[in-house]
Amino acid sequence: MSPRAQVYILAALLALMGAGLTIYKNVELGFPLLPGEYRTVWTIEAKVHFNADGGPVKAALTLPRAQRNMEVLGETFSSSGYGFNVIREDDEYRAVWAKRQASGVQSLFYQLDVHQTPGAALEQPLDLSTKVVAPLLGAREQEAVRQAIFSLVGTARERSSDTRTFTSELLTALGDNRNQDRNLIFGYYKDRSFVDVALLVLAAADIPAHRIRGLYLEDDRRRLDPEDLLEIYDGKRWVVFEPLSGSPGVPKNFFIWQRGGKSLLDVEGGRDSGVTFSVISNDVPARDVAMLSTSQEKEALVDFSIYSLPIEQQSIFKLILLVPVGALVVVLLRVFVGLRTSGTFMPVLLAIAFIETQLFTGLAIFVLILILGLWIRFYLSRLNLLLVARIAAVVVTVVILMGAISVVSYKLGIEQALTVTFFPMIILAWTIERMSIVWEEDGPYEVVIQAGGSLLVAVLAWWVMTNRYIEHWTFNFPELLLVLLGFIMIVGNYTGFRLGELARFRQLVR
Amino acid sequence: MQLPSFLRGGLVSPFQLRKLGVLGMNARNVHYIARYNDRDKYPIVDDKLNTKRQAKRYRIPVPELIAAFETQPSRTRVMEVIDPLEKFVIKPARGSGGKGILVIVGRDGDEYLKPSGSKVTALDIQRHVSNIHSGLYSLGGKPDRVMIEALVDFDPVFDKYSFEGVPDIRVIVFRGFPVMAMLRCSTHDSDGKANLHQGAVGVGVDLATGKSCHAVQRGIRIDKHPDTDMRFSDLVVPGWQELVRLAASCYEMTGLGYLGCDIVLDRKRGPLLLEANARPGLAIQIANGVGLRTRLEHIEKMDLEQLEKNVEERVAYSMDYFSARPLT
Repeated sequence: MSPRAQVYILAALLALMGAGLTIYKNVELGFPLLPGEYRTVWTIEAKVHFNADGGPVKAALTLPRAQRNMEVLGETFSSSGYGFNVIREDDEYRAVWAKRQASGVQSLFYQLDVHQTPGAALEQPLDLSTKVVAPLLGAREQEAVRQAIFSLVGTARERSSDTRTFTSELLTALGDNRNQDRNLIFGYYKDRSFVDVALLVLAAADIPAHRIRGLYLEDDRRRLDPEDLLEIYDGKRWVVFEPLSGSPGVPKNFFIWQRGGKSLLDVEGGRDSGVTFSVISNDVPARDVAMLSTSQEKEALVDFSIYSLPIEQQSIFKLILLVPVGALVVVLLRVFVGLRTSGTFMPVLLAIAFIETQLFTGLAIFVLILILGLWIRFYLSRLNLLLVARIAAVVVTVVILMGAISVVSYKLGIEQALTVTFFPMIILAWTIERMSIVWEEDGPYEVVIQAGGSLLVAVLAWWVMTNRYIEHWTFNFPELLLVLLGFIMIVGNYTGFRLGELARFRQLVR
Repeated sequence: MQLPSFLRGGLVSPFQLRKLGVLGMNARNVHYIARYNDRDKYPIVDDKLNTKRQAKRYRIPVPELIAAFETQPSRTRVMEVIDPLEKFVIKPARGSGGKGILVIVGRDGDEYLKPSGSKVTALDIQRHVSNIHSGLYSLGGKPDRVMIEALVDFDPVFDKYSFEGVPDIRVIVFRGFPVMAMLRCSTHDSDGKANLHQGAVGVGVDLATGKSCHAVQRGIRIDKHPDTDMRFSDLVVPGWQELVRLAASCYEMTGLGYLGCDIVLDRKRGPLLLEANARPGLAIQIANGVGLRTRLEHIEKMDLEQLEKNVEERVAYSMDYFSARPLT
């Protein structure tokens, strides 16, 4: 295979790999493609309160299970003086607080952060019982209620074709307070909630059903009581219904706390117990949400990446990851334009310094140091020093110059110039040395050309590197470096003319 | 890229350049240098001491080497060598682009004369030697060796065509076939240097006859030397065939497929190989007013039998085929 074909194949593979990883991270892990994307994170707090009798106390709260459309980013428990653990019981997680002695009003807190991931359907629970326990309505005084229930069920059955439409129909009937049968039933079950009654009627109709407890996520809600939904089994799968409207599907913004099962809260050794919820929404950068949700799943792509480094090192890497972009700018300008610079990749280092110092301060400091350094170098060259010693002398001078610039500008109140320390000193010293040689051999004009070329490339590289999209992509999708690598390889194969050559060979075309 | 020439006129279409067979820098690097020049042969041309050694083996005439300092020489050692000399050249063994070459043409008391007439002291020369040795002129700043060469006793034919400087002839040799040649004449403008981008005149030389066919200064066609007013149309390089033969034989000496040979004419010894270059520049196309690519592609199309010709046959073929106005 010719080297050229190899380059294209390799470049295509690299680009595919990079693009594939990027798409995976974006679609599956939720890393945002564009900077400045925010996601809503809901903080839900459950407050368990009860009056302790003075003896041993044990409170057990059912915890929400992992759900496909809600990602749990983190949870915290607070319980002063209580022993705490999470136990698994019949496929449910329960938080259990216990204390040997407690009296008076007790409050226990459980807090979790969730993020809604749109689109994912509710998973089908395989472990929920589909057994129907028919309600006991044998007694004489229940005769009327029984008739009413059967009447409701019969009407609903007539007006429907399958279990789903039947349930919808039944729930609408139960919600219609002009319906005599419905009023009779609710009159009998005065102390029961709507969902309790609906469950009873569904049981009478021989449809497996259970309750779903949860919350509507709305911003800044306090002292919320859990809301109920109904879930019925239509013979093949479980379907959720909003009981009051009778429409199928989980309502938007509904956070499911408990699905089926028994009680939400059990308290032993206390009275007047209850759970209230409060909900707050926060807008959190999308990237942080992705980081939180992936760190829990130990996603290898994220776990073995620079994100696992301490924050300080990460911020260094943020800069390092920009270097390839600067290198690309240099390659493009060299291959397609043909700009001459002093030191091939020196402009990239300059651009990095500019990022720290801001452009104009950086340019001013660079030109100042270059001019002063050249001037001192001309004197040094008359002293007959060995080259290495002379460059070392220039390095020391550059450092002294930097110190002087810092101090003087600080005294003058120009704090920006304090950032001079970011300039790569050794590189500056070599640049000064090279420039002075160019001056001696080719004259000051060539120095201006080369320094100007370097500065132009550095400014362009700086401009690209500080682009917020570039910054975002290099740090959040380092795998894009593979795409960049492939692109550089293809550029390395370019054999056409450079822009400068179109002018240089102008005379050949007459 | 030259800023002033860039500003002076517009751009031309790359397709037009391609049609004319002009070779660009990128194409030169990828198609010719990378493909025909093996990396392991570079040291032969990049280090001029190696070039000299190799040239001796192949009986190619070169300027006489007086001394080479492998390590940092002491002052007395430098003085010992240069003291008896009237004219000499100090060069870095691995310098590039003519950097770091100090030419001394005479003495004035304790001081040494440069071709421009300016004077340098023995101390300046010692500093220059020390600079070369520290790697100031070598690629990547590697420590370098210093060589002291006898100054070539230039053939006076070019005296009228060169101002203050050394005229040399560059021949591009591709797979052993000389393909293009030019004479570089320094001018007042170029400060005695033979670099075209500094204002030296590039004179295209017809491979068939050694006569000038085209001359350019700073990208503009001229027919007289700007300082001496000599017409280039009268210029003929003496002993042309011998010179072309020397260039062609550098292929065997270096093993490099794409090669630039810098040759000077000595009054008595004839053409001498000054240095060989594995990355010859493209200015030769401007000097000749002709693109290189057509010629290189012609040789690439040759079959194996033609490529195995000896030096004489190759020279004969090139002088016949690549004459200035061959078919047009």
